[in-house]
Amino acid sequence: MNRLVFLAPVALFALLIGAFAAGLGRDPSKLPSTLIDKPLPAFDLPAVRAGDVGMKSTDNIGQPHLLNVFASWCVSCRIEHPVLLQLKAEGVPIDGLDWKDEPSDGQKYLIDQGDPYRLAGNDKTGRAGIDLGVAGVPETFLVDRKGRVRYKQIGPITAEDWAGTIKPLMDRLRAEG
Amino acid sequence: MTAEIGQFALILALVLAVVQTLAPLVGAWRSDPALMAVGRTASALQLLFIVIAFASLATCYIVNDFSVALVAEHSNMAQPFIYRLGATWGSHEGSMLLWVLILAIYGAAVAVFGGSLRETLQARVLAVQGLIGAAFLGFLLFTSNPFIRLSPVPLDGAELNPVLQDPGLVFHPPVLYSGYVGLSIAFSFGVAALIEGRVDAGWARWVRPWVLAAWIFLTVGIAMGSLWAYYTLGWGGWWFWDPVENASLMPWLLATALLHSSLVLERRGALVSWTILLSILAFSLSLVGTFLVRSGVLTSVHAFALDAKRGVYILAIIAAMTGSALTLFAWRAPALKTGSLFAPLSREYAVTLNNLLLLASAATVFLGTFYPVFMDVLHGDKISVGPPYYTATFVPIFVLLFGLVSFGPMLNWKRDDLRRLLPRLRVPAALAAAVLVVAALVFGLKHLFAAFGLALGVWLIAGAFIVLARRWRVGQVPWAEVFDLARATPLAVLGLVIAHAGLGVTTIGITSVSAWQTNKVLSMSPGQSVKLAGNTIAMVALRPVTGPNYEANQAQFDVTGAFGKSTMMSERRLYPASQTTTTDAGIQPGILGNIYISVADQNPDGGVTVRMWNHPFVDWIWAGALLMAFGGAVSLADRGLRVVRVERVVLRPLAVEPVTL
Repeated sequence: MNRLVFLAPVALFALLIGAFAAGLGRDPSKLPSTLIDKPLPAFDLPAVRAGDVGMKSTDNIGQPHLLNVFASWCVSCRIEHPVLLQLKAEGVPIDGLDWKDEPSDGQKYLIDQGDPYRLAGNDKTGRAGIDLGVAGVPETFLVDRKGRVRYKQIGPITAEDWAGTIKPLMDRLRAEG
Repeated sequence: MTAEIGQFALILALVLAVVQTLAPLVGAWRSDPALMAVGRTASALQLLFIVIAFASLATCYIVNDFSVALVAEHSNMAQPFIYRLGATWGSHEGSMLLWVLILAIYGAAVAVFGGSLRETLQARVLAVQGLIGAAFLGFLLFTSNPFIRLSPVPLDGAELNPVLQDPGLVFHPPVLYSGYVGLSIAFSFGVAALIEGRVDAGWARWVRPWVLAAWIFLTVGIAMGSLWAYYTLGWGGWWFWDPVENASLMPWLLATALLHSSLVLERRGALVSWTILLSILAFSLSLVGTFLVRSGVLTSVHAFALDAKRGVYILAIIAAMTGSALTLFAWRAPALKTGSLFAPLSREYAVTLNNLLLLASAATVFLGTFYPVFMDVLHGDKISVGPPYYTATFVPIFVLLFGLVSFGPMLNWKRDDLRRLLPRLRVPAALAAAVLVVAALVFGLKHLFAAFGLALGVWLIAGAFIVLARRWRVGQVPWAEVFDLARATPLAVLGLVIAHAGLGVTTIGITSVSAWQTNKVLSMSPGQSVKLAGNTIAMVALRPVTGPNYEANQAQFDVTGAFGKSTMMSERRLYPASQTTTTDAGIQPGILGNIYISVADQNPDGGVTVRMWNHPFVDWIWAGALLMAFGGAVSLADRGLRVVRVERVVLRPLAVEPVTL
């Protein structure tokens, strides 16, 4: 009995080390989206670009695409922007959600920085952002042909993110029936 | 060249640390004094080479040698001298170098001042110190080399994180590390005692000053960190339950427990295995803190650049160190002779209770800190634990503990009598009850908890001073005799009184600022004024100013209150090199409370958003912590004097013996 008491510290410690070792490989700042494998929440947003039709959540069913959340006031979006333009040049369909922004500011941003978006909608109140679980800009959702969210990127997409993570996923979605 | 000297010195230090581990261990096993002496020499030399390495890195920073990658990343030419020096330990690599430097200082101190220790015990302590040193020098050299060169060499460096460009950086890490690493001595003594299979009062007498020294450093270091956060983060919070703050709090809690249990071991020979276990756990928690900051298992404001490889290495060190120490404990501790028995009402028992409560509070902090890791591993859920958790778990344990603190020193060793104990505490109890009633009447029942907190603080302070009153037999003997008794008070007793009273002062500070702080947020332009907690605060001017490596928007305020008029400055700074903004809050400190003003960016209308707080008694939090540390220092001084006295007593008979050559 007494012996067991003296063994308790080392036994407890072994458990702890196991938990730490398992926790090491994980990134605590990586928050999973609750939307993964769920349909994109419904939204119907007014246009960012003058004379444009705006963007509905049902507009893009039938084709895997990216939904990029951006804003004219967001510094990281400017860093991400050249990557998006490059993707557009490669023929990747990208829709833009202009989050908590004046439509005129959003339009000016797209004129100044270049326009990578096929569809673009303005979410001035941030209501659609709440449904999407947007915590900050930029964020990007990978949506499959049935309109389900399959992946969420928090923060700017870098060339590495695209080549290493998102492109392979997108290729797989394209191959899916 | 300088960087290469540092690099070679580090490699030599690693080799010496290995020698320091092996030679004395074999020497103690074979009773070979020559081999044991090698351990002492190796520890002194190891210190020398680490000093050379540290000085090399500091030199690289001071002379702006941007060919060293670390310097280029954390310093630039505009950075003031003092922060170029402070940047030496402002990075992961540099702070690890500081860590091993302090470890080597402690090791060399055992070699130099431990001459009157049993030689085998000293040898084994040095061996364990050497092993810890070797592990961390290896960590530095293989995963975090501070001396890596850059090619091509940049013309100017980046910048030390502006939040760190503060006098706090110069003092806080060295002091805190002295505390963390100081606990390694307790660990080494514990492991050495388990190897020897011998623990006695002499062991405790030797360990206690080291624990006391480490505890003083930890106390001051934590208080400094809290004060730094208070004035630098711009909203006047002083404790955030951030993982890294918790990582410093846990070793402090266990060091406090160890401080008390080793006293029982020294005076009564009891709590033997328990004290050994605490000495292992206290340092292990220091190591866990190191792991926490550098592995990326948790997000924290303190986290260094995250690197899983470093995390694996530190985890391996912890697993090996603590794992083998605890295994040794399971194997050898049951055979240690157990100490004398004591009654349920005795000072020994009070210390046991103190230890259990401190351990329980450390466990709640541990659970709160690592809960996110556990949940992620078990369920894949991402959660974090905030202040409400600690208010519900940690605070009640501490309230209970503080309620019991005043009983401890009033109890007799071995056995006591409740009917005789209670009257000794009637004065503190009456004072605390009076405060409780008055505060409840003045502030209303809404603030009953706060009234209780104030009463607790008074109970602690009065309970501390009643120790002196009892010792001096105030009211029982004539004043002349009281005066004689007072003059004969050992410093250790004064230390206890000061430290316990410090707890009370901190309690009053925490209670007041939590219950009665007030604040205002508004947009202000020069010429406008506002009332806050009985003071009139007027913005006099708003102007741009230029610092050595930053641009700032400076607001000047006139504060008119009951104690006259004074001027306060508050700045919003932009560091162009890293495009970072920081807040330099204006603080008007006072015994009764601080006025705290921080300004944000300029608004379109020309005004700025101003946040102002009144923090009643907030400085008492740190004043109390400094009192605790001062009490520890007084107690340590007593011990130093006594060691000198004992040596004189021992030396005198030796001197009359015939000298044989």
